[in-house]
Amino acid sequence: MKEKIRIGCGAGFSGDRLEPAIILAEKGELDYLVLECLAERTIALAQKRKLQNPDKGYDILLERRILSLLPTLKKNKVRLITNMGAANPIAAANKVIEIAKQLDLEISVAAVTGDDVFDRIYPHQKAMETNEALSASGKLISANAYLGIEAILPALQTNADIIITGRVADPSLFLAPMVHEFSWSPKDHDLLGKGTVIGHLLECAGQITGGYFADPGKKDVAGMDRLGHPFADVLRDGSATISKVEGTGGLINLQTAKEQLLYEVVDPYEYYTPDVIANFTTVHLKEKGKDLVVVTGGSGKQRPSTYKVSVGYHAFYLGEGEISYAGSNAMGRAKLAASIIKDRLKNSFPGLQIDFVGSTSVHHTSFKHSAEPYEIRLRVAGKADSFEKATIFGEEVEALYTNGPAAGGGVRKHVNEVIGIVSTLIEKEKVRSSVTLYHS
Amino acid sequence: MKIKLYDIAHSRAGDKGNTLTLSLIPYKEEDYLLLCKEVTPKKVKKHLKEISMGNIVRYELPNISSLLFVCRHALAGGVTTSLSLDTHGKSLSYALLEMEIEYGN
Repeated sequence: MKEKIRIGCGAGFSGDRLEPAIILAEKGELDYLVLECLAERTIALAQKRKLQNPDKGYDILLERRILSLLPTLKKNKVRLITNMGAANPIAAANKVIEIAKQLDLEISVAAVTGDDVFDRIYPHQKAMETNEALSASGKLISANAYLGIEAILPALQTNADIIITGRVADPSLFLAPMVHEFSWSPKDHDLLGKGTVIGHLLECAGQITGGYFADPGKKDVAGMDRLGHPFADVLRDGSATISKVEGTGGLINLQTAKEQLLYEVVDPYEYYTPDVIANFTTVHLKEKGKDLVVVTGGSGKQRPSTYKVSVGYHAFYLGEGEISYAGSNAMGRAKLAASIIKDRLKNSFPGLQIDFVGSTSVHHTSFKHSAEPYEIRLRVAGKADSFEKATIFGEEVEALYTNGPAAGGGVRKHVNEVIGIVSTLIEKEKVRSSVTLYHS
Repeated sequence: MKIKLYDIAHSRAGDKGNTLTLSLIPYKEEDYLLLCKEVTPKKVKKHLKEISMGNIVRYELPNISSLLFVCRHALAGGVTTSLSLDTHGKSLSYALLEMEIEYGN
């Protein structure tokens, strides 16, 4: 039995860069490579693609990522674990087999299914966010339970080179190989808590290697154009050292690790996953050398008896229009443009959003920064119940070209269908995961 | 002397539905106790009055010399359905760092 395993994280979201994973597979001396590519809303969008074509509904970058990685994974005997199955892990596994055949590689792929619980939730069930019925939010599109390690472990027990899941909790993608290799007991809550901490530190890839950290002159990071993604050397006792491939850009130190440890944590004493309720207040971090941070501590208690379910619904159509003003009285002209549009649309669209980009658009204030910006971009956004109606926001902004105020330029307009997400819970007994194995 | 939190600390924002999380991490661990004293949830609530509409809870993490603020009703209805430009509130870490505190004597 192994005393140490090395797990890399090659992607931290569906749109992440491709080459850091290739570098990890090539030079990282990994045992496992994880690609975390499934945000909350991504799966509802994937579900819609699957409804249009039953062979689709997996991650749209799956082909490109697998094609670029597969020969190296095979050569270096690195097992891949990824949630790129999205709404259709079976179709994803078949696509990977097809790619392997093209490349003349002999591989096995395991598809993990069971997260789709759309037929087991009830429209009158309450949403955790609104405390109202799920159906009150809008037309329901998808419902996926966050599965945990118990869904992934049977796949690891096969000879699969590649394990493709749909919705599972992000840290579980990392905890599963630890439990598998070290034979940790599912009742050893502290070890599961420690492993969850390590998974949480890795799951956003470049966010722990200096990527989302850099602030020139204050938090300088070298080589960001070739940012390396992280790996962890995990020991049987649940401690780990986080690092990255030598020669890649980026930075791993106490500061980058602390920022990532607290990222998206709403209660550091109780971080809920399907595997454990982890405690982050007992974690210790230590710099051991250049780009080396040691993680010890972390603990946990008995996991919850329910799975969290992410429910996608059709929310509305978002229409947007933007226009720029520059030079003397740019803000004055932008404000006049805003009031013209408000007056024209207020009766039909009371919930109009107007932003002054370059001034107050993202913080809703500019605190004590009082200097007027040289240029300002006006953004108008609104909700509508059809695509056609949502085009009005962009059209009204575009009409400012000739109708004024003076010198507005650079109009852009967009309409997007918006999928909303609410959450609910489902009893674990109602969910059964399974593993299907394919060979090239 | 008044300084901005930006001068002595860094932060990352996170989102969960309509909840915003903001870490506050001093560059020098010895500044942790000062942050505990000066950056109270009440002061943060006042500072973020245009952003956070709900209550703000502060967690102290002496194990990593850091603070964590959990701000409810702070993402204009929630990540997936907000009309805001920055729906996740990812830029809001730097709103916290604009806050001023008394430093030294």
